[in-house]
Amino acid sequence: MTAPVPVVTVPLRAPEISTGDSKITLASRDFSFWYGSKQALDGITLDIHDRSITALIGPSGCGKSTYVRSINRINETLTGVRHEGTILLNDEDIHERGVDVVDLRRRVGMVFQRSNPFPRSIYDNVAYGPKVSTGAAGGDLDELVETSLRRSALWEEVKDRLGQNALSLSGGQQQRLCIARALANKPDVLLLDEPASALDPLSTQKIEELLVELRRDLTIVIVTHNLQQAARISDTTAFFYLGKLVEAGPTNQIFTSPREDRTDAYITGRFG
Amino acid sequence: MTAVQSTGFRHFHDQLDELKQLLLDMSYQAEQLIDRSISALMSGNREAAEDVLAGDKAINDLEVEVERRAISLLALQQPMARDLRFLVGAIKVSSDLERVGDHAVNIAESAIRLLEMEAPPPVAPELEDMARRAKEMLAQSLDAFTRADGALGREVCKADDAVDALHDSMFRILLTHMMADPKTITRSLELLLVSRNLERVADLATNISEDAVYLAEGKQIKHHFED
Repeated sequence: MTAPVPVVTVPLRAPEISTGDSKITLASRDFSFWYGSKQALDGITLDIHDRSITALIGPSGCGKSTYVRSINRINETLTGVRHEGTILLNDEDIHERGVDVVDLRRRVGMVFQRSNPFPRSIYDNVAYGPKVSTGAAGGDLDELVETSLRRSALWEEVKDRLGQNALSLSGGQQQRLCIARALANKPDVLLLDEPASALDPLSTQKIEELLVELRRDLTIVIVTHNLQQAARISDTTAFFYLGKLVEAGPTNQIFTSPREDRTDAYITGRFG
Repeated sequence: MTAVQSTGFRHFHDQLDELKQLLLDMSYQAEQLIDRSISALMSGNREAAEDVLAGDKAINDLEVEVERRAISLLALQQPMARDLRFLVGAIKVSSDLERVGDHAVNIAESAIRLLEMEAPPPVAPELEDMARRAKEMLAQSLDAFTRADGALGREVCKADDAVDALHDSMFRILLTHMMADPKTITRSLELLLVSRNLERVADLATNISEDAVYLAEGKQIKHHFED
C-alpha cells in the first residue's frame, strides 16, 4: 500500500526578510543633534538589529552621516555640538556619565569614505589598536593581525609583505585594511560611511561581499549614496530626509513598495 | 521637496512615458479587434471577420516591442519602487492584451464557421452586452494602470461579476435552445465559445486592474491575497 501523499499548504503571505537575530544591538530614541545653531538630526527613533546590515540612504545633507558619527560619539570632537535624546548600545546609554569614549569607539568601529591608513607598515596598522588598548604583543598579536586580515579578505594579498608601507596598497586594499584595523579591536558594531564610493566596481564588489560575510557576527551600519548597493547587501534600509527619519523597514519592502511617497520619490529619482 | 531630476532619470522617465503610450495603443487596438469581431459575428460579414485575423499581428508585434523595451529598462536603469512595479506590470499587461487579441481572433473564427454553416446571424443581446462591458473593462483597466489609479482598478475588478453572470445566462439560454431543437447544437456551441471568449477578455481586464492596484498601492489583491 502506498503512503498517502502529504498535502503542503503554502501560506499566502509575503516572505519575511530576515533581520538576523531579533536582538536589538543599537537603538536611538528621539535623538536630535545640533552643530551650533543648525539642527542636523530631528528626533530619530530607530532600532538596529544584531548581526544585520542596516543601510542609511538619503540625499546629501539629510543627516545620515551625522547619525552614524553620533553612534560612536566621534561628532563630539567638534566644538559647539549638542544632542538630545538617547542612543543605546546593548541597552546602555552611550552618553551616560562614566562611559569610556575610547572603549565605546573600540566597540563601535568606523570606516570612512576615504581610506586613511597610518603611514606605517600593514602589520602596524592592524596591530596598533589592540597593542594600545589591551597591551597585546608577540604571538598573540601576530595571530590577531592574521585573523583580522583574513576576516577582511586581505590576508592572501598581503601575507608576504606585512612590513610594507600601507600606503603602497591599492585604494580597495587600503579600505579593506581599514576594516581589518577596526576588526582587530573586536567591535560589536561596524559603522561605514560611504566605504566604496571612491572604489572601482571590482573593489566595491569585494567590500560588499566582505560586509555580507562579516554580518554573521557583527552589526553593520552603512551610509551609502548607491541605492543598488543598499538594495544588494542590506537587511534593513532607513531613509533620512532633512534630518528626519522618513521611513525604515525591510530592504525588500523599501525598494519595491515603500510606504512613504517621499521615499518613493527619492529612490525613483524624482527628487534629490 | 524640491523637484530636481538628474538628466539620466529624466531620460528614463521619458522612456517610461513612451512605454505607457505603447500600452495604450495596444489596448486601443485590442478593443477595436473585439469590436470588429463582434460586429462581424452579428452582421455575418466574412470580410470584417478576416480583417480581425490580419489585425492580430499588429498586437503581437506590440507585445514583443513592449517586452523588449521593459527588459532593456530593467537591465540598464535598475529601477526601484513605483518604476519597478510599473515595468514588471507592463510586461504582464502586454501579455494580457496580446491574449485579448487572440480571443478576438477566436470570435472572428467562430463568425466565419457560423457563415459556413449558413446559420443566420445570432440574435443575442446578451452577447452584445458582454462585448460592450468587456471592452469598457479593458479600457478602464488600462486607464487605471497607466494613471496608477488603485480605486479605479478595484472598481473594474468588481465589474467582472456582471460579465460572469451574463456568460452563465448565455449558457442557460443556449442549453434551452439545444434541448428544444438538437439541430441548433453546432451553432449554439459556437455561440457558447464566443461567450466564453468574451468572459475571458473580462478576466484579462481584471488581471490588468489587479496589476494597476499593485502599481498604485504596492498591494497584491490577486487570489484574494489581501483578505
